[in-house]
Amino acid sequence: MITVHERQEVVAARGIRVTFGAVKALDGADLVIHSGECLGLVGHNGAGKSTIVNVINGGLTPHDGTVSYSGSDAAHGIATARANGVRCVFQELSLCPNLTVNENTRIMHTGLKGWNWRSRALKLVETQLAEVFPGHDIDCDSTVDDLSIAERQMVEIAISFAGVRERPKLVILDEPTSSLDAGLAAQLMSYIRRFVGQGGSVLLISHILGEILSTCDRVVVMKDGRVVADRTASEFSTRTLVEAMGNVVREQELHRGQDKRGSTPVLSMPPRRGRGLPFEAYRGEMIGFAGLGGHGQTQALLDLYLSRNSNWWPSRKEELAFVAGDRSLNGTFPLWSILKNLSIASLGSLSSRSLVDADREDELGAGWKKRIEIRTPDMNNRILSLSGGNQQKVLFARALATTAKTVLMDDPMRGVDVGTKQEVYDILRSEAATGRTFIWYSTEMDEIRLCDRVYVFREGAIVSELIGEEITEKNVLAASFTSGEAA
Amino acid sequence: MKISSGTVRLIIPAASLAVLLAAVFYMQPRTMSYTGLNLLFNLAVPIALATIAQMLIMAVNDLDLSMGTFVSFCACVAATFLQTSPAIGILIFIGAIAVYAGIGVVIHVRELPSIVVTLGMSFVWGGLAVLMLPSPGGAAPVWARWLMTAKPPVIPMAIVASILIAAITHFIVMRSSFGVVVRGVGGNYRSVERAGWSVLRLRAATYALAGFFAVLSGIALVGLTTSADANIALRYTLLSIAGVILGGGEFVGGKVSPIGAVIGALTLTLAGSFLSFMRISPDWQIGAQGAILVVVLALRLLLNRLEKREKNR
Repeated sequence: MITVHERQEVVAARGIRVTFGAVKALDGADLVIHSGECLGLVGHNGAGKSTIVNVINGGLTPHDGTVSYSGSDAAHGIATARANGVRCVFQELSLCPNLTVNENTRIMHTGLKGWNWRSRALKLVETQLAEVFPGHDIDCDSTVDDLSIAERQMVEIAISFAGVRERPKLVILDEPTSSLDAGLAAQLMSYIRRFVGQGGSVLLISHILGEILSTCDRVVVMKDGRVVADRTASEFSTRTLVEAMGNVVREQELHRGQDKRGSTPVLSMPPRRGRGLPFEAYRGEMIGFAGLGGHGQTQALLDLYLSRNSNWWPSRKEELAFVAGDRSLNGTFPLWSILKNLSIASLGSLSSRSLVDADREDELGAGWKKRIEIRTPDMNNRILSLSGGNQQKVLFARALATTAKTVLMDDPMRGVDVGTKQEVYDILRSEAATGRTFIWYSTEMDEIRLCDRVYVFREGAIVSELIGEEITEKNVLAASFTSGEAA
Repeated sequence: MKISSGTVRLIIPAASLAVLLAAVFYMQPRTMSYTGLNLLFNLAVPIALATIAQMLIMAVNDLDLSMGTFVSFCACVAATFLQTSPAIGILIFIGAIAVYAGIGVVIHVRELPSIVVTLGMSFVWGGLAVLMLPSPGGAAPVWARWLMTAKPPVIPMAIVASILIAAITHFIVMRSSFGVVVRGVGGNYRSVERAGWSVLRLRAATYALAGFFAVLSGIALVGLTTSADANIALRYTLLSIAGVILGGGEFVGGKVSPIGAVIGALTLTLAGSFLSFMRISPDWQIGAQGAILVVVLALRLLLNRLEKREKNR
């Protein structure tokens, strides 16, 4: 894997400083990517990873420092970066949902000019998809709207790796596996190795450290806008990597309480689509929805929510709270302040005579800011001034601040860093101890393992129920793949 | 065979046009003829062109509230300058299209809401129209008159024109790269920008093209009415928006359909005749037209819901 000959610099960013108002997003960060290497970039949310990616792809001009492409730093901007073969898959999906897959390919590849571009675009994206994700069944003539979130991510990745005349030199992948299940993620990682083997380079950003360690040649750790470690991947282990990020590794103590199932469930649902197992939740339980991504877990959560809360006339009693997974789509109010985003769900209890009591609202905000450590100088700042993980914390606080006894969570930890996750897990545990019920859809095994009981979904129905010690990766995977006898 | 969501989107507008047409034929069998169809639909041609113009603006997530006054302005230019000294008339039109491109630039650069800018422009166009034709008058250019009253064999001109408009704009908006990128701006402008396109230029081009179709709408209108008036097309603003929505388009997200938009314009024109045939007094016609819109849109929501349920199955 180690090439002896002198490796070329594809992109080099040196001494980059970027400030947003008073916040120093990047404080003299260096990042050099050579051809034929896969560089891993890890760090907390808010460490500056996304910012340096934006500097490299030309979307952001640094206030200080130089960016050079293939050794020349004459020009900067999106066009320059693209001309130098830099492509980027962003954390939030960035396809045009109203266009078909091949039309999206046309937009991303300005080289697909002239007559008959449609069939050429189709061929390009189909070949690439088959190469990265062999055995996929995406119809490239369908509108992106009609694809599942995992399929969209696959399409976006394929479009970025494809090349009309020449292949891209550097592909930046920002949390590419956040919506992919384990099988697809493994396909992507092995493709990255092949791509790098052919001389391309990849900048991989991920919170799944296993991916980083197994796929990358070199790992760069960022913290507070600076690069704090830059070593070959073999010198790191999960533990040292987490330590470099500034986390204290906490052994996950799986102290499960006794069986909390009492006599009457707080929430129940008959078998879905007339097959599989019924669903039941009891007070104080933490229930996981597992299985491969997009097998009906989100729909089950929505149905649970609607079973207690009419679609037409929302009830005034807050029995259920919902934490959305797709922050930008149905989580945050982007124009509102952090405080308003937090208090929106509990305005009923915060107001007297239909008027919101501003003092009590501030009190609530200050309390939660301290409790879950929202990293902001002022709760009246815009929600978008926070990093992704902190936005997600606000959404958690929004649900937890209500009087709801049951909280539904739709894979809320997508793209959240390890430290934040640990903090949230602690909060969830203490809340569950006070009698709250959590129903949690997650694509990550670590989170599923925290649950008391797990329902495994396959093709829209619950195919298996795992309790306590039965919850292991092996059992979950086995239930996700075997053809269910229960059907 | 799988039906694309774009085709599903067209089913409701096409079906509602067919139902309405069947009802009109039933009530007034004499409309089922060359002349009858031409009379039913010939006023739809300028509306269809204005609807296409509005649809282009809506494809980039904007809304043009000056459509009615701009078409009126174009009609006035067509009935005066274009008829007396064609060169000056054409120059005015080119200038007007350039102004439209400029509006797109201003809206994009200053991040202004298009509704406010175009509402302001509507007073400008209205004022210019009154300056040109303080009282109804002018005359249609001979060729415009000839074009709108031409009698092609078998199929009446109004239908031929509608099909032509639908086909050409379908090609531009749905098939060509330009159209794809324009709709991409409506769908997710940031990703278009990241791919290295200039959204500013795209917006300007879209507005200019919309201006071009609005100019055609004005000329077609004068070709039909033979003279113009400063207020001749005021209702086109809302008609064009309703036509786009009726035809399966949406206010945001770049979801538009040129074929649907033309069908929407035809449906709206036909709804007027239908209500007259039903002997509904003009006082109630606006309300009844609204009711037709509500019914069609309700059907569409129902279809969307069915489609979604099908997808989750």
